Amino acid sequence: MSTDSPTTTYKDPRASWFRRLPVISHFNKSVGLQRGMLVTGLVLTGIFLLTAVLAPVIAPYGFSQISDADGGFPAQQAPGGKHLWGTTVGGYDVFSRVVWGAQTAVMVIVVAVVMSIFIGVILGLVSGYIGGWLDRILVVIADAVYAFPSLLVAIVMAIVISGGRSSLWGGIIAAAISITVVFIPQYFRVIRAETIRLKAEPFVESAKVVGASNVRIMSRHIFKNATRTLPLIFTLNASEAILTLAGLGFLGFGIEPTSAAEWGFDLNKALADTTSGIWWTGVFPGLAIVLTVLGLTLVGESINDLNDPRLRGRRKAASGKGGPDSTAGAQAAIRAEVSSS
Amino acid sequence: MTTLIEAPPTDADGLLPSKKKSSGGGLGQYILIRFLLIFPTILILVTMVFFLMRITGDPITAALGGRLPPEQLAERITAAGYDRPILVQYFEYLGQLLTGNFGTTLSDNRQVTEMLTTYGSATLELTINALLVALLVGIPLGMVAAHSRDKAPDAVLRIFAILCYATPVFFSGLLFKLTFSVWLGWLPVAGRAKTSSELQLTSLQAPTGIYWLDAVRSGNMAALGDVMAHAVLPALALGLLTAGIFLRLVRTNVIGTLGKDYVEAGRSRGVSEFRLVTKHAYKPALIPIITVMGLQIAVLLGGAVLTETTFEWKGLGFQLATYLTARDFVAVQGIVVLLAVIVAVTNFIVDIVAALIDPRVRY
Repeated sequence: MSTDSPTTTYKDPRASWFRRLPVISHFNKSVGLQRGMLVTGLVLTGIFLLTAVLAPVIAPYGFSQISDADGGFPAQQAPGGKHLWGTTVGGYDVFSRVVWGAQTAVMVIVVAVVMSIFIGVILGLVSGYIGGWLDRILVVIADAVYAFPSLLVAIVMAIVISGGRSSLWGGIIAAAISITVVFIPQYFRVIRAETIRLKAEPFVESAKVVGASNVRIMSRHIFKNATRTLPLIFTLNASEAILTLAGLGFLGFGIEPTSAAEWGFDLNKALADTTSGIWWTGVFPGLAIVLTVLGLTLVGESINDLNDPRLRGRRKAASGKGGPDSTAGAQAAIRAEVSSS
Repeated sequence: MTTLIEAPPTDADGLLPSKKKSSGGGLGQYILIRFLLIFPTILILVTMVFFLMRITGDPITAALGGRLPPEQLAERITAAGYDRPILVQYFEYLGQLLTGNFGTTLSDNRQVTEMLTTYGSATLELTINALLVALLVGIPLGMVAAHSRDKAPDAVLRIFAILCYATPVFFSGLLFKLTFSVWLGWLPVAGRAKTSSELQLTSLQAPTGIYWLDAVRSGNMAALGDVMAHAVLPALALGLLTAGIFLRLVRTNVIGTLGKDYVEAGRSRGVSEFRLVTKHAYKPALIPIITVMGLQIAVLLGGAVLTETTFEWKGLGFQLATYLTARDFVAVQGIVVLLAVIVAVTNFIVDIVAALIDPRVRY
C-alpha cells in the first residue's frame, strides 16, 4: 500500500460543511462513468444497510424458524407461494435467512473494522514515532502476517477464540476478531509510513521545541494528519471483511445456523443441493454477498480514483479531441493540481 | 487483497539495514539479505501458529475430548508429551521441523510429511492452472481497458474486474457447477478425475501427482482428456478471482506509461496504436505485475482452500477443511507451516526477479 500517492481531498474553505463531507465532496467532483459507479455503489450499500437495520420488519420469518401456525415448512421447496425464495433442506426460509444475514454481516464488519482501526492506528503511531527495535520487530511481525493468506490467519484465530462454534454474539465477536487480526497489519503499515513522513515535518519539530509531550504530539499533531486515508481503507476492508466472514462460514467456522443467519454457511449447505439442480438455496445468499461487496468496493474505488488526480475522469478532454470541452478539461486539470498539492 | 491497485512494497520498509547506506550493496548483497529474511518470517509464523493453537488446549483433547474417558485421555496426553511445559514442546517442535518431521496426524494416523506431499501436488496443479487463467484473462483485457480508457469497453471491463473480486470462489464455483455440469452436462461436477483414470494415473512409476503431467507421460489420451475436463471449472473459479486484480493492475499501469514522453515519441514516429499498447507501454507496466504476482500466490493459496472444498479437489485445502472439522490440529499445523514456507519463498523469488528487472528496487 504505497502512501506516496496524493490522497488529499480537495476542500474548498468557502464551501459549506455539507459539501465538504467525504462522500458528498467526492460526488460533486465526479463526472460521467465515475459518478455512475459511485452512485451505484452508494445505492447498493444503502440497500444493504437498510436491509440489516430493518431485518425484523422485512423478513417474513425468523432465521431459525422451521414452522409457523400452519405447521412445518416443507424442505427444498422451489421459490414461490409462501416462501418467496424457496426453502432449504432443513426447512429454513431462504429469503428470511438472506435478510437476517445482512444484519450479521453488518455487526461483524463494524466490530472488526473498528477494532482493527483502533489497534492498528495506535501500533502504527507508536511504532513509527518511537522507531528503533520496537519498530523493527513490529514491522517484521506485521509483514509476516500480511504476507500470509488472510483466510488461514482467520481460521487459526477462529480456532483459538471459539474452537470454531459459538452463539450469536460469541460467534460474531470470534469472526470479528479473526478478521481484525488480518487487517491490523494493513492499518499499521499505512499509519506507520505516514507517521514516519510526518515526524520530520516542521510542525512536529516546533511542537517538540515548545515542550509538548510525546503522547500529545502523537495524539494531536500526527494522528490528525496521518488518518486521511482511513475512509478509503475502511470501505475496501469492509468488503474484504464480508468475504472473509463468508469464507469462514463456508468452511464451517462461522456462526451456528440457530444463533444467526450467515451467507457463507448457507452456501456451504447449498453445495450439496446443486447436483440435484436445486439452485435457490445457493444463488440467493451468493448474490447477496456479491452485491454487497460490489457496492462497498464501488464506493471505495470511486473515492480512491477521485482522490487521485491521475485516475480521476477529466470530462471529455481526456479523449484528446480538444474542442469546446477542453476548457472544462483544463479546469479539471487545474483542480487536480490544486487538490494534489 | 485490499491492494486492488497499488502494489504494496514487498520489502519491510526501513527494515533492511543497507537502506540507510544506499551507496554500497549491489545485487549480491540484496539477494543475500532478502534470503536471510525468509527465516525470521517463517519462524514468526510457525511460532504464532504453534502458540495460538496451544492456547485452546492440547491437540489430543481437541480431537478426542468427550469421546474417550478422562483417564484414557490423560494417558494419551502423557504418552505424546503434551503435559510438559509449553516451551519445551515448542523447541522440540522446532527441532523436529528442522529435520523435516512434522509429526503424525491424530485423526487418520498418517505421517504429516507424507500427507503434505500427496496433497501438495494437487494444490500445486490447481494453483498453476488458476494462475494461467488469471494471466491469460487479466493481461489482454487490462490492455484493452487501458486503450479505451473511460469509454464503453473500459467501463464494462472495470465492472467485470470488480465482479471478479466481489464473487467468492465458492459462489462462482457453485454457479459454474450449476450451469456447466448440472444443466448443460458438459463438464464433471467435482473431483480431479474419474475413478478409472485416477487408478491408472496413480499406478504409474513414480507419479508426480500432477495429473495432466502424469497423463502425458503415460501417453493415455483418454485419461488426459478426462483430467482436463475436471480441471476447467476449478481453474476458472479460482483464476477469475485473481484475473480481476491483474486486469486492474495492467490497466492502471499501462495508462500510466501511455502518458509517458517516449510513447508520444513513438506515436509521432508512426508506430501503430496496437504496437504502442502491447509493446511500448506494456513492458514497463510488467514490473508491478510481477511484484503483485507474489502476493497473489498467497491469495490463490487462500482461495485454493475454498475452491478445493467446493469442487472436492483432493488437495491441501480440501484436507485442511477436513482436518479442521475433525479438530486434528497437528495436521492443520503441518499444512499451515508448509503454506507459510511456500509464501515466504515465493515472495523471495518475486523480489529477486523484480530486482533483476528494475535496478531501482535494489537497496
